[in-house]
Amino acid sequence: MCSHQDLETVRQEILSKRDSKKPCISICTGTGCLASGAGEVMAAFTAEIESQGLKADVDAKGTGCPGFCEKGPIVVIYPEEICYLEVKPEDVAEIVSQTVKENKVIERLLYVDSATGEKAIHESDIPFYKNQERTIIGNNIKIDSKSIDDYIAFGGYTGLAKALLKMTPEEVLDEVKKSNLRGRGGGGFPTGRKWEEARHAAGDIKYVIVNADEGDPGAFMDRAVLEGNPHSVLEGLTIGAYAVGSHEGFLYVRNEYPLAIENVLIAIEKAEEYGLLGKNILGSGFDFSVKVHRGAGAFVCGESSALMTALEGKAGEPRPKYVHTVVKGVWDRPSVLNNVETWANVPPIIEKGSDWFTRYGTEKSKGTKIFSLVGKITNTGLVEVPMGITLNDIIYKIGGGIPDGKKFKAVQTGGPSGGCIPERLLDLQVGFDELTKAGSMMGSGGMIVLDEDTCMVDVARYFLEFLTDESCGKCVPCREGIRQMLKILTKITKGKGKPGDIELLQELAEVASEAALCALGRSAANPFLSTLQYFRDEYEAHINEKRCPALACKELINYYIEPEKCKACTTCARKCPADAIIGGKNLIHMVDQDKCTKCGTCFEVCPDRFAAVTKLSGVPVPANLSEDQRVIVREVREAKAS
Amino acid sequence: MKGITLKIDGEEVKAREGMTVLKAAQNAHIRIPTLCYHKKLEPYGGCRLCMVEVESRGSAPRLVVSCLYPAQNNIIVRTRSPKVDRVRKTVLELLLAHAPNSFELKELGKEYGADESRTGQEPSFCIHCGLCVRYCAEVKKKDAIGFVDRGIHKEIGFVPEIASKECGKCKECFPLCPTEALQAAYIFVEALAFPGQGH
Ligand SMILES: Cc1cc2nc3c(=O)[nH]c(=O)nc-3n(C[C@H](O)[C@H](O)[C@H](O)COP(=O)(O)O)c2cc1C
Ligand code: SF4
Ligand code: SF4
Ligand code: SF4
Ligand code: SF4
Ligand code: FES
Ligand code: FES
Repeated sequence: MCSHQDLETVRQEILSKRDSKKPCISICTGTGCLASGAGEVMAAFTAEIESQGLKADVDAKGTGCPGFCEKGPIVVIYPEEICYLEVKPEDVAEIVSQTVKENKVIERLLYVDSATGEKAIHESDIPFYKNQERTIIGNNIKIDSKSIDDYIAFGGYTGLAKALLKMTPEEVLDEVKKSNLRGRGGGGFPTGRKWEEARHAAGDIKYVIVNADEGDPGAFMDRAVLEGNPHSVLEGLTIGAYAVGSHEGFLYVRNEYPLAIENVLIAIEKAEEYGLLGKNILGSGFDFSVKVHRGAGAFVCGESSALMTALEGKAGEPRPKYVHTVVKGVWDRPSVLNNVETWANVPPIIEKGSDWFTRYGTEKSKGTKIFSLVGKITNTGLVEVPMGITLNDIIYKIGGGIPDGKKFKAVQTGGPSGGCIPERLLDLQVGFDELTKAGSMMGSGGMIVLDEDTCMVDVARYFLEFLTDESCGKCVPCREGIRQMLKILTKITKGKGKPGDIELLQELAEVASEAALCALGRSAANPFLSTLQYFRDEYEAHINEKRCPALACKELINYYIEPEKCKACTTCARKCPADAIIGGKNLIHMVDQDKCTKCGTCFEVCPDRFAAVTKLSGVPVPANLSEDQRVIVREVREAKAS
Repeated sequence: MKGITLKIDGEEVKAREGMTVLKAAQNAHIRIPTLCYHKKLEPYGGCRLCMVEVESRGSAPRLVVSCLYPAQNNIIVRTRSPKVDRVRKTVLELLLAHAPNSFELKELGKEYGADESRTGQEPSFCIHCGLCVRYCAEVKKKDAIGFVDRGIHKEIGFVPEIASKECGKCKECFPLCPTEALQAAYIFVEALAFPGQGH
């Protein structure tokens, strides 16, 4: 392709070969669905279509992740957009003969609202999707992630053509600046400003880089975008390169994402073939090529200076930067690093204009953001929401609230060095500055919901443990400071905290925040600081009363059978792996505290109608009963009942 | 090279473009404590002991590592302030946990009022200043010693094949070590890997 016209011609050609009424089966073959068997489902569809002689009449394709991985494998049948969840190979023949041929809906494969019992036929009727605004991942389920034609058919590369052929680099830059797009990878730095600095930096050779390291445990939004819709990232990157004046790009992706690597390599090859990458793109005279670099996968490698050091082929350790990487980055050349999602936002901004983009959002945070919603929440998965939506709406309208009738306690946002936001702030609007003000951060979009059974001191300990392991070890405030913090927090959760610990933690936190070399160390104390801010009483209970209010810290709780509730059903005694329950027929059961390993089995297995096993914390365990006190006199109860 | 004037602790100091604040201070005989800095080596920025407060026109004072921060015209540098001292005290406390007997650390600790009893003691001697590793790589160009592993598991290690050939006659990195870790590691490796070659 060597002009805008060519791109349109190709698009029309692709579209003319397609019949919008022709049934198309989209099977999510993202990493999540593949893990739950999408590969087999896909194979079953291919075989079934073949054997029913429908090859000419039905399309089937493997697509990217629409976000609801928990309910995978996901299958959507177009044009009716009928959405089936948890599809198994056994369901395939029926789907083809019933739904594809007869347009009949198979009830058992539909989404069922666990609260209301209502079913949803169309993808867009499912509450999980209904309240989202999916401008980035919305097309994932429609596009064959390995097909450039599919991307073009859905309007792909229009933004690039417009940028290269109708706009000057300055105009592209201005449009991105006007959109107020801010980095989706952590800091929320204005993307346009970053590009501008690099554009004006001295030097002929400049680089643009995609950060697809995605080291946050449990996060997979970048994977979903890159793996499901790689061309959107490449298109954004090329537009950025044009604006910055760069002719070489890198895509730094973690090695643990083999499917993303595979799909992006195919995408690069196809884009080159179509003249959308390489020399003289679309006849514009602009050259740009991209190389894929596989990262070794340490969390700190996602940090910009460490990532650039790694791109140079050295160990991925952060470098002190008093000169910005946009001026002196990879091989000391101006380098623009943006996150996968940031790049994917660029094509629609150029295509539809910054006004379209700024329709969504708060004053300073525009557009949409993808979150990975996990933890104690009914619907887990990737959710793309407009900035400015409240946490409440995300958790209750999209996430479906807290399962098992438990109470909400806090939501942890921003990845390992983010913070926890308590219930009273659930009306908070999601935005970069809003979350930071609440003591947390946007980060790359991790969102972990915690319920009442979660100990907040233990949450802080957990994240500091992760960060201690991930510290590169170069600078003292981080390597030694957070390690000491972890030691103190661990002691507190074991009931060995002492007065003064909170103050020492605060001091170490302050020094790490002020003196660490890179943002890992500087933000590592956040999990502690935010839990202290909102849940100080829990810290104090652990330290002063040796009590864990959430009844979660093993060392601080005892399992105890309430004598008046125990009906001697013997379940716990039979299930206790430590033989720690003093049981017997018609005898009130008791926990032998010396033998008990606090595994919690008795608590789990005691039938709900008795609920005799409880957890105690910070109070002495009542003395065991004497033999005759333990006898349950059933006759009395039966007499009463009659 | 352009001349620069900056103020360090109230004193007008001349420097050249490209110079670090630490260098400018040293030239003016103003002392800033360092642990991972060595004049023959690329600045590393690891220990954070050399942090100072910098104020440039209009912006609030901020902490920077002087061994890396470029001297600029008209900036105001304070080598001591409550903030600076607190960072140094904490850094020293954190390091003394590992090298409680290091003479250099003990002296500095006294100066900044470090109370090493506040941190859990865990003697491991090496404080990861990287002087030995970088000296051997940058000056001797031998790479006879390196860091192994990452983060809190990071340790120094001699590469026996190279060390057995080079170190016996060199030992130039030994006096750089602020703790006794290097010596100890060498003796250990020597005993294990190249017995009998010794001194
Ligand atoms: C320890 C650490 C890990 C990071 N990991 C990532 C990552 O995995 N992906 C990412 O895009 N940004 C990551 N960042 C943020 C990057 O340093 C950088 O700010 C970002 O890639 C810039 O792109 P953006 O402006 O589009 O967000 C990390 C930062 C730190 C301090
Ligand atoms: S803050 Fe931590 S991760 Fe960053 S350079 Fe220092 S030790 Fe390494
Ligand atoms: S907590 Fe576990 S070990 Fe303890 S009594 Fe219950 S089942 Fe037995
Ligand atoms: S003694 Fe060995 S490790 Fe030290 S500088 Fe000399 S060659 Fe390198
Ligand atoms: S052995 Fe000594 S010189 Fe080498 S890194 Fe450790 S403390 Fe520094
Ligand atoms: S991988 Fe299929 S829904 Fe996420
Ligand atoms: S001397 Fe500057 S950081 Fe160590």
